[in-house]
Amino acid sequence: MARITAGLTTSHIPAIGATIDHGRTGEPYWKPLFDGYEWTKAWAKENVPDVVILVYNDHASAFTPELVPTFALGCADEFPPADEGYGPRPVPVVQGRPDLAAHLAEGLILDEFDLTLMYKLEVDHGLTVPLSLVYGQPEQWPVRVIPLAVNVVQYPPPTGHRCFMLGQAIRRAVARFDEDLNVHVWGTGGMSHQLQGPRAGFINKEFDNAFFDRLVKDPEGLAQLPHLDYVREAGSEGIELVMWLIMRGALGGEVAELYRFYHVPGSNTAVGHIVLRSVDTPV
Amino acid sequence: MTSYTAKFNDIPGTRVFTAERAKKGFYLNEFCMSLMKPENRERFKAGERAYLDEWPMTEAQKQAVLDRDYNKMLDEGGNIYFLAKIFATDGLSYLQAVSTMTGMDIDDYQKMMLSGGRSPEGWRSIKDGN
Repeated sequence: MARITAGLTTSHIPAIGATIDHGRTGEPYWKPLFDGYEWTKAWAKENVPDVVILVYNDHASAFTPELVPTFALGCADEFPPADEGYGPRPVPVVQGRPDLAAHLAEGLILDEFDLTLMYKLEVDHGLTVPLSLVYGQPEQWPVRVIPLAVNVVQYPPPTGHRCFMLGQAIRRAVARFDEDLNVHVWGTGGMSHQLQGPRAGFINKEFDNAFFDRLVKDPEGLAQLPHLDYVREAGSEGIELVMWLIMRGALGGEVAELYRFYHVPGSNTAVGHIVLRSVDTPV
Repeated sequence: MTSYTAKFNDIPGTRVFTAERAKKGFYLNEFCMSLMKPENRERFKAGERAYLDEWPMTEAQKQAVLDRDYNKMLDEGGNIYFLAKIFATDGLSYLQAVSTMTGMDIDDYQKMMLSGGRSPEGWRSIKDGN
């Protein structure tokens, strides 16, 4: 039986990808940020799952103004890096896990989550920057990845509560998969940031740190936070934090916090990263 | 406007990309998406006005693009992730492009970010003045 054993969340700022790709991670501006991921890189080497279900949002790369799916599951064999206007990132093609994706599609839709299914999908910095932060610059990514794209660009995005429930449904569906697989779930995006208007540059450390705490200890309460509070307290693009609740729902009731990192700034954004182990699951 | 949408208008300096704005900005954002292709970026750079005239955009939308007035583009239904294709074509980073919307020059904006970002104080609610 497959099982979800751990999860992590991380910001997915595009400039981080560009900095890695151009070999500039040692620069004074960037070094403290990348140092903050060293613990995780070491942990990830020792804890390689078979599959990562990677929750992210597309940034007008695969989804055009013509199509706005709320939840879209990547069911293809592989997912090439998208050209976001600077040329595609020089990172490996992401290898999928279509048998588990098909199983998830069936399980989640019958569990009343009406997903969009993607059989051709290019993945942008939202998905590839987290892989680079955790796995560095390998020839091939060491894990299979099932992308789960969430609309957090056009309002309304899904509610935090819906995201949390989807995470719980993912946990149930994974547990029904016959093969013995170790699965991790990543939630990406955030933390506080605003990329538009005169309020751009907005950062709220107090909110972000409380969000971390509640994500660990009070996810059900946190899931009730309305969209208005995200925008007011975490900025218009801080709404990405609803995706973290999918990860948290997928880890079960109790989690152990293994690592936490917070840093300002990463470009326009507060960088937030946490690694959690599912306590309910035997490792 | 629904009550859901209206509540966001109480947040200063912010234009949330609603379904209503997405409809208004559809062709502006479609134009932006066309810049994902290198050959289109080249054609746009070679003659911006002529390239914009190929799209059924409003004159206000076209002028905002020509002026690189990102706040105006937001007003006209643009969204930052679509508009990013324009500033990527210009060779600008998010930080450089985003700073232009704040009325600060890039150095002051960068200094603000390095000192912890824009404080939430005074930027939460127009109604409550906090």
